[in-house]
Amino acid sequence: MPFERGAAPLFRGERWLNRTLIGVVLAYVGILLAAPCAALARGAFAGGGAVLWRELARPDVLSAFRLTLALALGAVALNTVFGVLTAWVLVRHSFPGRRMLNALVDMPFAVSPVVAGYMLILLFGRGGWLAGWVEWSGFRVVFSWPGMLLATVFVTMPFVVREVMPVLREFGAEPEEAAATLGAGPWRIFWRVTLPSVRWGLLYGVALTLARALGEFGAVYVVSGAVQGRTETAPLFVFRALDERLTVAAYGVSLVLALLSFSLITALGAYQKREEEKISPRGPGAEREAA
Amino acid sequence: MSIEARNLSKSFGRFKAVDDVSFRLDEGVLAALLGPSGSGKSTLLRMISGLEAPDRGEIFIMGQDATRRAARERNVGFVFQHYALFKHMTVWQNIAFGLEARRRPKEEIRARVTDLLRLVQMEGMEKRYPSQLSGGQRQRVALARALAPQPRVLLLDEPFGALDAKVREELRGWLRQLHEHSRVTTLFVTHDQREALEIADKILVLDKGRLEQQGTPREIFDKPATPFVAQFVGENNFIDAEVTEPELVCWGPFRFEVGESLAVGRKVRLFFRPYDVYVSNKLVTLQVRANIVTSRFRGPVMELVLDVGGDKRVTAQVPKGIVEARGFSAGRDVFVGITAYHVFPQ
Repeated sequence: MPFERGAAPLFRGERWLNRTLIGVVLAYVGILLAAPCAALARGAFAGGGAVLWRELARPDVLSAFRLTLALALGAVALNTVFGVLTAWVLVRHSFPGRRMLNALVDMPFAVSPVVAGYMLILLFGRGGWLAGWVEWSGFRVVFSWPGMLLATVFVTMPFVVREVMPVLREFGAEPEEAAATLGAGPWRIFWRVTLPSVRWGLLYGVALTLARALGEFGAVYVVSGAVQGRTETAPLFVFRALDERLTVAAYGVSLVLALLSFSLITALGAYQKREEEKISPRGPGAEREAA
Repeated sequence: MSIEARNLSKSFGRFKAVDDVSFRLDEGVLAALLGPSGSGKSTLLRMISGLEAPDRGEIFIMGQDATRRAARERNVGFVFQHYALFKHMTVWQNIAFGLEARRRPKEEIRARVTDLLRLVQMEGMEKRYPSQLSGGQRQRVALARALAPQPRVLLLDEPFGALDAKVREELRGWLRQLHEHSRVTTLFVTHDQREALEIADKILVLDKGRLEQQGTPREIFDKPATPFVAQFVGENNFIDAEVTEPELVCWGPFRFEVGESLAVGRKVRLFFRPYDVYVSNKLVTLQVRANIVTSRFRGPVMELVLDVGGDKRVTAQVPKGIVEARGFSAGRDVFVGITAYHVFPQ
């Protein structure tokens, strides 16, 4: 689980060593993560706040944000439902092909998003396996939002599954079994026992899914065709804006995307901490035997 | 007949966890399912509750065939070794869960939960979460939760296994009391023979998936039906020997009468309990000479290892007071008799 409570330093008494270690980590994080963020902020505010605000209000920027948000929420919805289901099936059941399925879940991490995009084109595009179905239903997939949603779902699929599985495994089948002997049906067991027990893993998985979906570029780029105002997401806009030297708009949109993802994860951490204190406060006597 | 199992069998792959087990429990008894780990006792309990499906055989609960019923339709209370409480719910919510699942009216739920909190001595703690309770308290909440929907039978899987000795003993007595009060037919799994002997009305002894013996604690203790039961329940000396003369087994200086059904030359295993070994300074009757090899403190009794000659040894347990009064210590010569024993042909 993320956000663990602090422990005592490993090398007690070796003040010099501890300080060096902390310094190295700070420098590493600072150079690799903090400095680029600062540079981005500086670029965005290069012309002042008013210019940035005007650029962010451009109609193509707004429509790009709308599309990105819609895709991210769609991907979260699909991957939450199917991710929890997949995790539950993988942890609680044993069936032929379970290992294969388990390995397959990691595939989106292993293949490049661009490749993922091409896979969808090969499947749904002209001459693809499902091209006949596409024609018959009149439902456009490639170069249209369904394809972009599929691409986003594809690249973010592992997050919920991988965050929920260990939690599910740790809390075990027994509470679910206890609920069954108490007369609860599968639906009640899921909503009242399973889901609340995995909620931290799930929330974290959702946050990662959302953060990743907001920033997805490669797969979406390939399947979307990047039509301005129609199939252009925020990251695609950034790409085009840089090309067209709309630097303030490009930096501004990037900054908003980064802030969105970052605040999402920070807020989640704060919320989790508060809830945990409620359930197991570290007060004296909490674990005492009252015989 | 409140629980009846007929020819129950269950395998996991090639491993036979439960092998053709049949038994009946009368209404209102407190019964123990006793056996070493891996003997199939938990699997048997889980089959009765509906958490596991038998490969073969039938289960009747209160005279009704429950073999193909889902766990939630069996109205059976189940308590797990590791409590399996709902961690995100308070004590109150945990206990109320089964009543809500059965859609009882709110008033009834409030009254029942209040009653149960009193019964398990957890009043005033209903707003706590399981993580704020001790092990003993958690298990009491688990018990209250299982009892809330008024189950027809109560099943407990090693209910005190995760607790320390002192709390264990306390809860054991308390479970007995609770049972007297509620009279729900109860079957609990344990590997602790003392626990079974102390609180059960009836004991079912299981080994390698098979039912070895069933009976009252007295019957199990005094008349073990198989070598396994003799060895598993209570402490024992055992001797492998053969019938040397008609109706007699000679072993060292001892002669044991074995009955006429065993032919001369037949291999047998003899069991006798360390407290059925009588030790004295003077030759009283039917005793043999022996030398005390070691004397070890075992709480209220001392354990004496006795050399009866010819490399043959016998373990005796003698109350500490007697050991001190008679001066039994290592190196001393004494007389030894065996007052009770069991013989099993091999």
